[in-house]
Amino acid sequence: MSSRQLMVNLTLRELRTKYKRTALGWAWSLLNPLAIMVIFTLVFRVFLKIEPPTGSPSGLKNFPLFLLCGLLPWTFLVNATNGSINSLVTNANLIKKSYFPRDLLVASQVVAWLISLAIEMSLLTLVFLIMGNFNLLYLPVVVLVMLALAVFLAGLSLALSAANVYFRDVQHFVGILFQIWFYLTPVLYPVSEVPDRARSLYGLNPMVGFVEAFRDCLYHVRLPSFARLGSLLLVSVFSFVVGLWVFNRMEGRLAEEL
Amino acid sequence: MVVDGVSKRFRLYHERNQSLKATVMRKRRSVVEEFWALRDVSLEIPAGITFGLVGENGSGKSTLMKCITKILRPDAGSVTVNGKASALLELGAGFHPELSGRENIFLNGSILGLSRKELDRRLDDIVDFAGLHQFIDQPVKNYSSGMYVRLGFSVAINVDPDVLLVDEVLAVGDEIFQRRCQEKFIDLKDAGKTIVLVTHDLAAVTNLCDEAACLENGRLKVVDSARRVVDQYMNSMQDEGPAVEHESNGDRWGSGEGRIEHAELLGADGAPVTRPRSGQALTFRFHYQLDQPIDRPVFGMAVHTLDGTYLTGPNTRYTDCVPDRLEGRGHVDLHLDRLLLLPGTYDLTAVIYDYSCVHPYDHRHRAFRFNVDPGELRETHGMVSLGGHWSGPLPTRPRHQSG
Ligand SMILES: Nc1ncnc2c1ncn2[C@@H]1O[C@H](COP(=O)(O)OP(=O)(O)O)[C@@H](O)[C@H]1O
Ligand SMILES: [Mg+2]
Repeated sequence: MSSRQLMVNLTLRELRTKYKRTALGWAWSLLNPLAIMVIFTLVFRVFLKIEPPTGSPSGLKNFPLFLLCGLLPWTFLVNATNGSINSLVTNANLIKKSYFPRDLLVASQVVAWLISLAIEMSLLTLVFLIMGNFNLLYLPVVVLVMLALAVFLAGLSLALSAANVYFRDVQHFVGILFQIWFYLTPVLYPVSEVPDRARSLYGLNPMVGFVEAFRDCLYHVRLPSFARLGSLLLVSVFSFVVGLWVFNRMEGRLAEEL
Repeated sequence: MVVDGVSKRFRLYHERNQSLKATVMRKRRSVVEEFWALRDVSLEIPAGITFGLVGENGSGKSTLMKCITKILRPDAGSVTVNGKASALLELGAGFHPELSGRENIFLNGSILGLSRKELDRRLDDIVDFAGLHQFIDQPVKNYSSGMYVRLGFSVAINVDPDVLLVDEVLAVGDEIFQRRCQEKFIDLKDAGKTIVLVTHDLAAVTNLCDEAACLENGRLKVVDSARRVVDQYMNSMQDEGPAVEHESNGDRWGSGEGRIEHAELLGADGAPVTRPRSGQALTFRFHYQLDQPIDRPVFGMAVHTLDGTYLTGPNTRYTDCVPDRLEGRGHVDLHLDRLLLLPGTYDLTAVIYDYSCVHPYDHRHRAFRFNVDPGELRETHGMVSLGGHWSGPLPTRPRHQSG
């Protein structure tokens, strides 16, 4: 009851303080992905002449939009995970001096960034809608995949943030891991560019499924296969259960290790 | 509240770099020393009483409080608390500097377990108690530290807990606020709440607490009535202290043109004494060093009990032995025909002030400690004797009216 209240308050604190004392405020939450989009489009589309795939059945061929379908979920992953890892360390004082369910610190980070993602995705959807490249029936699927992604990231963040308290190397390690993971995820290129031989190994990366599901709904305007949706849900639940287990095991000594 | 066989172990890393490399290289972070901060502590604190917890620094008081509030998980034993516990461990620990006072009240309150509705209801009380009406919508980073602490205290105390744990936070804030806090404690006490109080202020333990316990190196040494625990605790500190006066780490301030170098106790024969006896003739000698001429310097001393009671403060101005001008090294003596302090441990303050007794050249506050042993003065009640003589008893005779 009151822990739900705490969850709401922690999330509000995140949202309120994220862009406090910046002149542009919440506009930053949109400017950041837009800036990355412009840079990537310049580098990969204009200079390196990478061709975006043609949407089927939509027939759309547009690199920035193709890119954003993968970039937005990816930045969600980076922000939520890094935010969670930092939140335990920056709230050390709170953890050492009062008792409350500590996993809420991580959960509030993920939810706060999920809200950012939801805003960005709404605007992206709006663009697709204006271009006539959208089927409203797929909107619930997009929402479902977003929620599944959030659950997946909650699990990942719980495990990594707790581990980071014991081994501060984790945050640096994660920085490198994300660099590699980014190129193993079809953000800049379509999955069809991946050689057939490597495809099944490549598919083990859960982010491939999430990005593909978003692209199916928004770029191609087709329903992702049920096998894909099912495996995404499965992966999310699995990640969440493991993450929670790890966190609970480590939570007992959080206050003294910080 | 029942604390049953609680033990808590900390790991001390000699090189506190929490790194994977260290783990992998040394296998299982082996350069770890284990340290028991609490060892098999069992306590039963009946509902509705005020319970004091005393012990030296590092004896495990805060650790015990944190085990009770679930901040730390004990390695053995269990804690059962009936009702909601609220801890005053550090005031305003969870405040976010960029958020307003009001927003922080809601955040902090929900961390302490209050629902939105309860918080809405108590908001006015909280703001009232903290006395922060004009500032409540400003970010707390603009608050003075006093305001910060007041808001933190106000939130924590208005949580309306069944059990309130207070760890050395009574000493914060100005005097008026401290008095308000004490009043609030007495209110809570009268309302039948259980309070556990950790403080160095032994006088507060005797005044506020019903029962008390003393921790020593993580073990429970004694549980008894507050007065007896405090007495015993002070006695044990006495036993362990060196017999001779020694410098404790009291505060020191002053402009520094002159300094008290050290203090000595001398017996009737002029020889230093290690442990003066109650009732014995005694001289306090203070060695001074004045780097430049000082007009009409006043030397003085003060005696405090360990719980901070100020017993006496004689100075040279009272006896008109103030020189017009003084420079260099030397000493001043205070002669006592009879030492009227009762057996116990006392802190000695030595000072040099200007003639108005306002400007300190050197103030060594409670810098020396000495023990008084039982002697020919055989009184045992209180802290000092008035040195009087009893006479009588004389029975009252019926008065006869004259003529
Ligand atoms: N997180 C920690 N890690 C290692 N040792 C600790 C930790 N917290 C406290 N200790 C040690 O435990 C002992 C008891 O500390 P504490 O309970 O704070 O004592 P007290 O409050 O009585 O002064 C001290 O020696 C302290 O150094
Ligand atoms: Mg302490």
